[in-house]
Amino acid sequence: MSSGNGGPAISVRGLRKAYGDLAAVDDVSFDVATGEFFGILGPNGAGKTTTLEMVEGLRRPDAGDVHLLGEPTWPRNPRLLPRIGVQLQASAFFERLTAREQIHTFAALYGVPPGQADDWLERVGLTDKAGSRTEALSGGQKQRLAIACALVHEPEVVFLDEPTAALDPQARRNLWDLLRSLNEAGRTVVLTTHYMDEAEALCDRVAIMDHGKVLQLDSPSALVRGLDAPVRIFVSPHLVTADDARAVAGVDAVTDDGTSTVLSTRSPSAVLTRLAELNALEGLQVKAATLEDVFLDLTGREYRA
Amino acid sequence: MTGFRAIAVAIVKGFVRDKMSLFFALVFPLMFLVLFGGIFNFASSPKITMVVVGQVPLFDNLPDGARQAFDDSFEVTRSRDADRAVAEVRKGDADVAVQMRGNTVVAHYTQADQTKAAVTRGTLNAFVDGANQAASGTPPRYRLDAVRVEDQSLKAIQFVTPGLLGWAVAMSAAFGAAATLQGWRNSKLLRRLQLSPVPTRSVVAARVVVTVLVALVQMAIFLGLGLVAFGLQLTGSWWMGVPLLVAGTMAFMSLGLLAGAIAKTQEGAVNLANFFVLPMAFLSGSFFPLDGAPPWLQATSLALPLRHLNDGMLDVLVRGQGPTAAIVPMLILLGFAAVVTLVAVRLFRWED
Ligand SMILES: Nc1ncnc2c1ncn2[C@@H]1O[C@H](COP(=O)(O)OP(=O)(O)O)[C@@H](O)[C@H]1O
Ligand SMILES: [Mg+2]
Repeated sequence: MSSGNGGPAISVRGLRKAYGDLAAVDDVSFDVATGEFFGILGPNGAGKTTTLEMVEGLRRPDAGDVHLLGEPTWPRNPRLLPRIGVQLQASAFFERLTAREQIHTFAALYGVPPGQADDWLERVGLTDKAGSRTEALSGGQKQRLAIACALVHEPEVVFLDEPTAALDPQARRNLWDLLRSLNEAGRTVVLTTHYMDEAEALCDRVAIMDHGKVLQLDSPSALVRGLDAPVRIFVSPHLVTADDARAVAGVDAVTDDGTSTVLSTRSPSAVLTRLAELNALEGLQVKAATLEDVFLDLTGREYRA
Repeated sequence: MTGFRAIAVAIVKGFVRDKMSLFFALVFPLMFLVLFGGIFNFASSPKITMVVVGQVPLFDNLPDGARQAFDDSFEVTRSRDADRAVAEVRKGDADVAVQMRGNTVVAHYTQADQTKAAVTRGTLNAFVDGANQAASGTPPRYRLDAVRVEDQSLKAIQFVTPGLLGWAVAMSAAFGAAATLQGWRNSKLLRRLQLSPVPTRSVVAARVVVTVLVALVQMAIFLGLGLVAFGLQLTGSWWMGVPLLVAGTMAFMSLGLLAGAIAKTQEGAVNLANFFVLPMAFLSGSFFPLDGAPPWLQATSLALPLRHLNDGMLDVLVRGQGPTAAIVPMLILLGFAAVVTLVAVRLFRWED
């Protein structure tokens, strides 16, 4: 699983794409290391899909340079194609084929034997749906089939465009487990998402995109740490009043949100120890800053997917 | 090669599992074949019903040959009441009432059915002339010997089968190309295939080969049913119909590509293809011969690919023309396909 030249699996420099006056992708640069789980996070219309499709070699950039596994992706590069796997959207199937026929067809496009295709059906948990037409599958089942079809030829780099969009929470969690296992098997995975929690849960590093630009790029924890945002501790006002709270050492600010007394602090362990001494732990909640706070800090706007 | 085969198989499965496209490719046109070939065939030369009032010696003393012709043309009932007989004709229950007044044969007929009226007058005139001549005793100086130029057995089915086959092929080829191009673009399958190592030409070839196969199956079913059930008779170089039909399939696919390139949705693409094909079928003589159409319409129809397919198919399948009769229509169809495909490629957009 190497790019063959020891460099990054993906290298993107100064990528641009405009539709008329709209700069859909505006000077985007990043590297993805071999074996990394890389996320592009942003609200709808941020330019995630356009970026991804230029990296895959589907769209011609207006400017900039993309190298995938050491090779340029534009124009269409047939040597590269068997080494990458792509899930575009969950409807990219042949009409009126069953799940098994679908993945066998994709396998044949890559010269992969049918047995290996059946293995993938098994790995994404669709063996009992193998005889069902794609049109009859649920959203989550379609996504898993699309991912299996993208992986049937065992690619080194996998691109997934919002694989969990429109799934219910349970189906999303199931898919997360599958995506983690793909990365743990050594593949480089690039995923776009508009879910903050998904990026935090899955990605080694996240590029936060808005209006075609990458605003920040780092690991989710480093992004949050970089915020230097306080931890908020919620306690019952019957156990700790606002005045009690202000007396606790290390508390920066105290507010009352109507149901709880909220303590903001940058030294949560000291504050929690003191609250334990006050016997005020019942019903206590701790909220650290999230990527949503990072987005708010970067854009001045609430994050809305 | 495995990529080409896999895609072709996927398209075939998608086609045979799509009840709508099967219906429009086979069942619907076959319904027309049964209708035109079955019903109109028997109704093509019905006898003329004649009421003979009293005695008409002219008819009773016909020579043998004339007797035969008379019996072939007329179905005779007898009546004593002239008024009732004329009333029957007026109501349409009979076509003609005949009685003698002295030496004059009086025929009461209506112009409601002009063909029958003309046949009635002409036939009766001929019998009267023949009888006059026999009475005069001199042999006739002139004779008319009418020979039809087409195959003696030419019936409605001969004209109807090639035209309806052309219409059926036009529908399935245009719909298939339109639905595939539009549907695969919308579902992003086309882009997904672009990212597989299969070359674009294999994807295109798979779609073309399946469409041609469907057209040949349509041809086999139409000609087979015509031969077995409706007395269709193919002439010598009918096999030239095969390459001709393939050329026609290309032309109709190009129309479908155009529809698929323009339309924003799959239904829109199929509707647009239908909008191209149905008027074209009418104007190209698929349902009715163009012989009676005004000259400007006949001239206009020469711009339509189906017109050339229909003409060529009639020539080689039933008119007994040599194999070269298919060459010019084939060239026109292939030229049409090339031009329209180029236009479709220019108009095609990945995004809506
Ligand atoms: N083919 C296109 N033509 C015109 N505008 C487009 C096209 N594709 C995307 N856009 C615009 O570019 C911007 C980025 O789109 P996209 O990359 O799809 O964003 P995301 O995937 O983050 O939702 C959006 O404003 C979108 O409307
Ligand atoms: Mg998108």
